[in-house]
Amino acid sequence: MTETTLVQEFTKGLWKDIPPFRLVLGLCPILAVTKAFGTGFGMGLALTFVLVCSNVLVSALRKIIPSKVRVPCFIIIIATFVVIVELVMQAFTYPLFLTLGIFIPLIVVNCIVLGRAEAFASKQGLGRSILDGLGMGIGFTISLSVLGSIREIFGAGTWNGMEIFGPSFQPFTFMVEAPGAFVCLGLMLAIMNLFGTE
Amino acid sequence: MGDYMLLAISAILVNNILLIQYLGNCPFLGTSKKMDTAVGMAMAVVFVLAMAGIVTWIFEAVFLKPLGLEYIRTIVFIVVIAALVQFVELFLKKSIPALYAGLGIFLPLITTNCAVMGVCLINIKEEYNFLQMLVSSLAYPVGFGVALILFAGLRERITLARVPARKKDIVFIEKRLRDRDTIGRVDAPVRDVAIALVTAGFMSLAFLGFKGMI
Repeated sequence: MTETTLVQEFTKGLWKDIPPFRLVLGLCPILAVTKAFGTGFGMGLALTFVLVCSNVLVSALRKIIPSKVRVPCFIIIIATFVVIVELVMQAFTYPLFLTLGIFIPLIVVNCIVLGRAEAFASKQGLGRSILDGLGMGIGFTISLSVLGSIREIFGAGTWNGMEIFGPSFQPFTFMVEAPGAFVCLGLMLAIMNLFGTE
Repeated sequence: MGDYMLLAISAILVNNILLIQYLGNCPFLGTSKKMDTAVGMAMAVVFVLAMAGIVTWIFEAVFLKPLGLEYIRTIVFIVVIAALVQFVELFLKKSIPALYAGLGIFLPLITTNCAVMGVCLINIKEEYNFLQMLVSSLAYPVGFGVALILFAGLRERITLARVPARKKDIVFIEKRLRDRDTIGRVDAPVRDVAIALVTAGFMSLAFLGFKGMI
């Protein structure tokens, strides 16, 4: 295995392994919270926080946690940070907290967080784990924001609540309903494949 | 009685957990490539969710609510579900080996299946009483199974289908056809997960039609 630089550790989450397109993990939130740009972005930030914090703690404790019980330990670490995010969002961004609903506690079972803890943070040092979590989190936020923007612009004719097309625009409501989420994500994956296969 | 029927139908079809509520999509895409794995996963989810729903509901009613500890619900539920899955695995291995062999590898995966945790949270959020909780914990995973098995049937055919591709991919597929190696299969870039998601989208559109039932 070749040694990777610290910069590569960070940037791989932004393009090479950008979740959820390259690593097809954690699909539930990306389908459910991308009805609009704002919710997607908020969810992305919440997930970034959990990812970075859990990576830090898992990496710092990797020599203490016995390998047989590591997965339950990781889950409890992740759950702790999810509760912190839940309480903070409830206190400061209450409307967003209501829109995201059960998808905030469900960050606990998001495969990306557990996947990074298991595949990366439990084997690597503190600095690299922070960069990995940050890169993956920002990559995820970008994906959610882009998908949210596309669905909001076509499905509601607005972007982050602002009118774009004027009053004569007929919203393409298919996009903000459940089927639109699947089709839109599928097509985006195809576009990513088109760019990335060579 | 009518209320419970309505709740069950709404959980299976109208609010289908996979296609309308978007929960449990990772195993949905992961295990739908073959009919056998889809059936195994569907059975495992029904089995575990029915138990997880009951246990988490009791935990909420007995411990969290009276003690005012609702804010740590997330931690408690995930630990309870993880422990339950372990317990079910051990229990099946000892007492019903045939079922264990069938569910085997799918059981550990269920801990991180957001459909399980999601339904437990929905039960609490909707403030269901015990019977309503029982109906919802059974009906949601049945909906999961129905969607997963139907989708696996579609996906087995998709792998044999022709999908628009770039010129060099078409040349490649035609070469394969000439060699009678495989019947022109879906190839880059609309391959695998991408086409599966688009297909799921159209299935979801069909399920959206059930909204008219209620």
